[in-house]
Amino acid sequence: MKVAYWPGCVSRGFTPELHGSMAKVAPLLDIELIELDRASCCGAGVIAEHNQELADTLNARTFALAQRTDGELMMNICSTCQGAQSECQERLDANTEYRGQVNANLSDEGLRYEKGLTNKNLLWLLVENIGLDALKAKVSRPLSDLKVGPFYGCYIVRPVDRLAIDDEHPRDRYLHWVIEALGGTVIDYAGVYKCCGFPIITMNKEASLKQAGRHLGDALDAEADCLVVPCPLCHLNLDLQQPVAAKVVGRDLGMPVLHLPQLVGLALGLSPKELGMNKHIVKPMSVIDWSTSVVASAAA
Amino acid sequence: MPEYTLRIRRYDPQSGEAPHWDTHTIDLGETQSVLDAILKIKDDEDGSIGIRCSCQQAICGSCGVRMNGKPGLACNTHLEEAARRGQGTGWNPPDEGQESPVITVEPMGNMPVIRDLIVDMDSVHWKKVRRVTPWLINKEPIPEREYIVPHDNMVDVTQPMACIQCGACVSDCLAMEVDPLFVGPAALAKAYRFVGDPRDAQHAERLRDLSEDSHGIYDCTHCFNCIDACPKGVDPMNQIMRLRRMAGSDHEIKDRNNGYRHEHAFVKNIRRNGILHESDLLADSYGGKFNPSAGRELVSGLPTAIRGLTKGKMTPQKLLLHTHKAPAEVKRLFDQIDGKPERNELNLYVTGYEDEPEPHAEGAAGREPAEEQSAPDMERKA
Ligand code: SF4
Ligand code: SF4
Ligand code: FES
Repeated sequence: MKVAYWPGCVSRGFTPELHGSMAKVAPLLDIELIELDRASCCGAGVIAEHNQELADTLNARTFALAQRTDGELMMNICSTCQGAQSECQERLDANTEYRGQVNANLSDEGLRYEKGLTNKNLLWLLVENIGLDALKAKVSRPLSDLKVGPFYGCYIVRPVDRLAIDDEHPRDRYLHWVIEALGGTVIDYAGVYKCCGFPIITMNKEASLKQAGRHLGDALDAEADCLVVPCPLCHLNLDLQQPVAAKVVGRDLGMPVLHLPQLVGLALGLSPKELGMNKHIVKPMSVIDWSTSVVASAAA
Repeated sequence: MPEYTLRIRRYDPQSGEAPHWDTHTIDLGETQSVLDAILKIKDDEDGSIGIRCSCQQAICGSCGVRMNGKPGLACNTHLEEAARRGQGTGWNPPDEGQESPVITVEPMGNMPVIRDLIVDMDSVHWKKVRRVTPWLINKEPIPEREYIVPHDNMVDVTQPMACIQCGACVSDCLAMEVDPLFVGPAALAKAYRFVGDPRDAQHAERLRDLSEDSHGIYDCTHCFNCIDACPKGVDPMNQIMRLRRMAGSDHEIKDRNNGYRHEHAFVKNIRRNGILHESDLLADSYGGKFNPSAGRELVSGLPTAIRGLTKGKMTPQKLLLHTHKAPAEVKRLFDQIDGKPERNELNLYVTGYEDEPEPHAEGAAGREPAEEQSAPDMERKA
């Protein structure tokens, strides 16, 4: 399938391995990525906090650029983009007059957002468009014996109404399902739906890293080999800041954190190195038990 | 009638005994409330269960509990709804081999338990509400007759006014979980109720107070739990964002928590670059590279930057040099919209959704037109 692809900022900045691994995994999943290279940052909630119309206009612009492609839908690989963009889209779709005002801002550039864009995080697309059976069929190296803790973060599971999470589409179970489809074992622990703390890292570092540290510690206690995140901002607090978080909570952590496309890529036969896993602070290859886990055979 | 299993957390701190779970099986209609079930168990099986309740109509706000891991009012949560939560949503997978749906009922979080399902609202929730001066401070001179308040203004503050002080949002606030001193969602929503009221004389003082407090408006970690928890649609987090907007943009309060700086640095960064450049943001969030506090924070952030470098995450070039620039269009939008004399805001609580969300076809990035393939399964407004 062809999708209009918004990689977000962080996946090209501090976590380039995310963008890179998505590019490697896409062809294996028969996804053709049409990158929206002229689009701008989603605002991560901060621009909306500053000026709602500005955030809504920037995202309407991204949506309009997506609608000009022949992609079936728009796809992102960042929960924060999903959440911030869904919030703007909710307002744009709910009110014709307001949408008109926002579109007026875009008219100089000849762009126009039409109500009703479909914008999905890779996680949703995997389950809803590709399908778990099809995904399973593509697995060439099942993640047997790999114990994976899902870390959903906030933006992709709340608020449930805006994100259309319900009985029919329990999008807050998808990470569990994908781990299982890839042959891994799901580890449930207290932090599955909690906040990584990133949004307050510059305002209250202590509280921010206490969150990250606690969830990592809980996953460790539950004997997870690694965590998987659909959000690069969570990755910053959980991986890049992990050594500092460990100090804040006063315990050794050493918990590898994988981006979603990396986990998929491993099961689809790519090597940890190809997936940029050597760029992590906590290297998955050095922590996961080589003798029993799939990562061992991948690196061998 | 369907059968439900209620697992109720029992705890009496005075007894010296550890908390434990009591299990009761009950036949009740699926649209009966969790409170109905608890009261029936109290009547028929165990009168000693502690729960607070009064109105049974989602008005008094006294019956807040956690049901299958999620906070809410026991009196307006149907048994079926509570049971379903445990099977799909939230961290509460059903036990293996379980026969009737299990509903766990626990006291709310972030507040000490007095007994069983009763928590101490005074020491946490009410204390925080008092913290924000929850009354109107009149503008002087007081008019002889009634104040005339613009209709739109009053409609705007109806949202925080809908709060029934149940504490459900406080229960699951993830910032409060790590920082118990955080003023919190309910109290900050209450603060907006007065900051948004044109009759109040102390908007600036209130905003300054809550921005300078290191556990104030900038302590919210944007987790959305309070939005999902609230039975009254108060959306506390949205009220907090509006407080930040007013503090940062209308009153330009340069707080010591970096809230103002972070917001302005972020906006500046995107205006300049189109997409985020984190290393610039780090410096600018602390007041620009030449601000004394930037020096301090950059040094403390240095291990992080170096870690990134050694792993090849940020090449030195990325740290120092930015090649891609925002298209001129993005810059123009910033200047044009930020330059408007009044901010244009849409509050869906006030305006509602004008159109019913319709199923959308996928195709051309999900553009709406009728002739696309038939809507598959789930294209709603997400
Ligand atoms: S959004 Fe903010 S106030 Fe609301 S529960 Fe989360 S941290 Fe607390
Ligand atoms: S804001 Fe909502 S959840 Fe919080 S106390 Fe008020 S009514 Fe209860
Ligand atoms: S008993 Fe009054 S709100 Fe539930």
